[in-house]
Amino acid sequence: MVEHIAQPPAAPAEAGAVLTLVEAVRAALWEEMARDPRVIVLGQDVGRKGGVFKATQGLLAEYGPWRVLDTPISEAAIAGAAIGAAMMGLRPVAEFQFADYIHPAYDQIVNHAATIRWRSVGGWGVPVVFRAPFGAGVRGGVYHSQSVEALYCHIPGLKVVVPATPRDAKGLLKSAIRDDDPVLFFEHKWSYRRYREPVGGPDELIPIGQARLDRPGRDLSIITYGVGVHHARQAADALAAEGLLVEILDLRTLAPLDHEAIARTVRKTSKVLILHEANKTMGIGAEIAAFIAEELFLDLDGPIVRVAAADCHLPYNAAEEDAIIPNPDRVYQAALRLARF
Amino acid sequence: MMASEEQSRASSPTTELVVESASEATPLDEGALLLRIYRLAVLTRAVDERLWIFSRQGLAGFVLTPRGHEVAQIASALTLRVGHDSAWPYYRDMAVGLTLGVTPYELFLGALGRADDPHSGGRQLSMHLSSPRLRIATVSSEIAAHLPQAVGAAYAARVLGQDSVAVCWFGDGATSEGVTHEAMNLAGIHRLPVVFICENNGLAISVPLALQMPIASVAARAAAYGMPGTSVDGTDALAVYRACQAAMARARRGEGPSLVELRVPRITPHSSQDDDSYRSEAERAAAAAADPLPRLRRELLARGGWSEEADERLVAETRAAVAAAADRALAQPPPPPERARRWLFAGDPPHPYLAQLERAGRAEGDRHG
Repeated sequence: MVEHIAQPPAAPAEAGAVLTLVEAVRAALWEEMARDPRVIVLGQDVGRKGGVFKATQGLLAEYGPWRVLDTPISEAAIAGAAIGAAMMGLRPVAEFQFADYIHPAYDQIVNHAATIRWRSVGGWGVPVVFRAPFGAGVRGGVYHSQSVEALYCHIPGLKVVVPATPRDAKGLLKSAIRDDDPVLFFEHKWSYRRYREPVGGPDELIPIGQARLDRPGRDLSIITYGVGVHHARQAADALAAEGLLVEILDLRTLAPLDHEAIARTVRKTSKVLILHEANKTMGIGAEIAAFIAEELFLDLDGPIVRVAAADCHLPYNAAEEDAIIPNPDRVYQAALRLARF
Repeated sequence: MMASEEQSRASSPTTELVVESASEATPLDEGALLLRIYRLAVLTRAVDERLWIFSRQGLAGFVLTPRGHEVAQIASALTLRVGHDSAWPYYRDMAVGLTLGVTPYELFLGALGRADDPHSGGRQLSMHLSSPRLRIATVSSEIAAHLPQAVGAAYAARVLGQDSVAVCWFGDGATSEGVTHEAMNLAGIHRLPVVFICENNGLAISVPLALQMPIASVAARAAAYGMPGTSVDGTDALAVYRACQAAMARARRGEGPSLVELRVPRITPHSSQDDDSYRSEAERAAAAAADPLPRLRRELLARGGWSEEADERLVAETRAAVAAAADRALAQPPPPPERARRWLFAGDPPHPYLAQLERAGRAEGDRHG
């Protein structure tokens, strides 16, 4: 092993600590590595650098180079090695530097992590977390902005988690690490340092598969996740001035979807706006809309509305990027039209 | 780096080989080793012949066959400590499975798509092995995808402080996949205990080696990953055994990975769905002439201690046992349709026959301490 440069030590977060989303991710990794020696972290720049977003800062000094592995730029091998290590008893957390670069590992995740338990009739399991920062709004261009979550929601055998808040990020990542099956864990990079809130302690696990009622309302529901929760909050504040009470449902987990929570909010408000930053066509919103149309048709009092990206790649320049992705004002306008339907 | 073939050819036939196994370091004479390999090769051939009959009868869909690779597979697999070292075979490695303890009955259950198949419940094509008890990783149909997984298993052994080796078999076609480079590079960087075994039959379905790579030897690629590469005649049982034994010993000493190329003939078409039309009569005849079984039989007879009568008895008994296993598998039912989505995630009840084998395996392990 090469010599590693010591990094500033960082203690794990205490319960109630006020953290950003990326700090919450780091706290979850730290605590789970302390709790379970089978938990390891691997990826590009996760060790000496502590991650390009500092999500793994300090882990190398604390847990050593075998449990915090700086890998070559080999995404398929990162995913493949994580899978093989998981089959032999480890609990790997594989980091992809940007979700845009998870594509070379798509084969390992989709053809292998997703199928191994099923194809071995339960003989082998793959308890791996595949982490990646994702999402737009940071002027990152086409290779630092993509939203790839829908690609994985289509595949049986995978769980897909997208936390919107620091507390959820910490509690959900801990659940993902302890899960016996592969979990895709996408962290919206625009949200990494924009919001702080108190997080739970080492024992707070937030269950995968449960949506969170972010804000109760009356007149319409915004069903969303990730950065969409923050856009929805801003839009809801503005709509409150119009006398409209907007309910916000944060899905938190996209696979499996919390159908019961979706049904509850649809039955309550009868008007649904689905919001995501990923492209509209064949996206999460299409699936949720189809579910509502199939199962809750008589509960609706208006058309299902989707606010999503304009089916385009994401440019570096602000003018074009802003034209493509949703923002709070677009959510406000669409919600107002729906409320008045 | 490619001297081991010559060295092994030159060694005296009376040389005793030491099996470096966790359980015993018992000297094993070459005659006994060759006979063990031969018995397994005869068994493999009998199972393979029966699978082709099932295919022609329309009872087995897609038959993947090891014919020509048997000795390479068996002699290499015999260097593993079963259930301790992890095995990462590919879909042609029937004889790796039979050597490590998979039974013909299980293979027939799989090829016939029966519910009890403990490898995949009849979900995967034939020869897609899987056995947690024997530490055989579940095989996929995808070329080379298991190489980084084997490297991950070797990495896990280092993290967990175990001395187990990950052994990964693949064909020459797999060396053209990008992930092969990624896997070997990662293994080389960290000197991980993994043995890469390339069964080079010179054909990736129809594409010959000259259209796969611009150099003559797969083993030569090892240099790029800081590991030794050895090229061996894969029909020479003792040469295969020695080369793999050396690679295993190196891995166990913590010196890192090795690449062993075993040159073998492909006697049959790629699979039951392939017509082999891209090979000339002469090419097919040359492959058939390189069949390792007659060679091994001649060698055993020449050494003494093995006779034509014993050989005929072995073949007859093996065929009878295989026929009985095939009949037993044929009588088993297909999976209940309502089971189709079971085992997508953790928490489902165990597969009954797999659970039975795992329990028996644990009991066996307990008896042997």
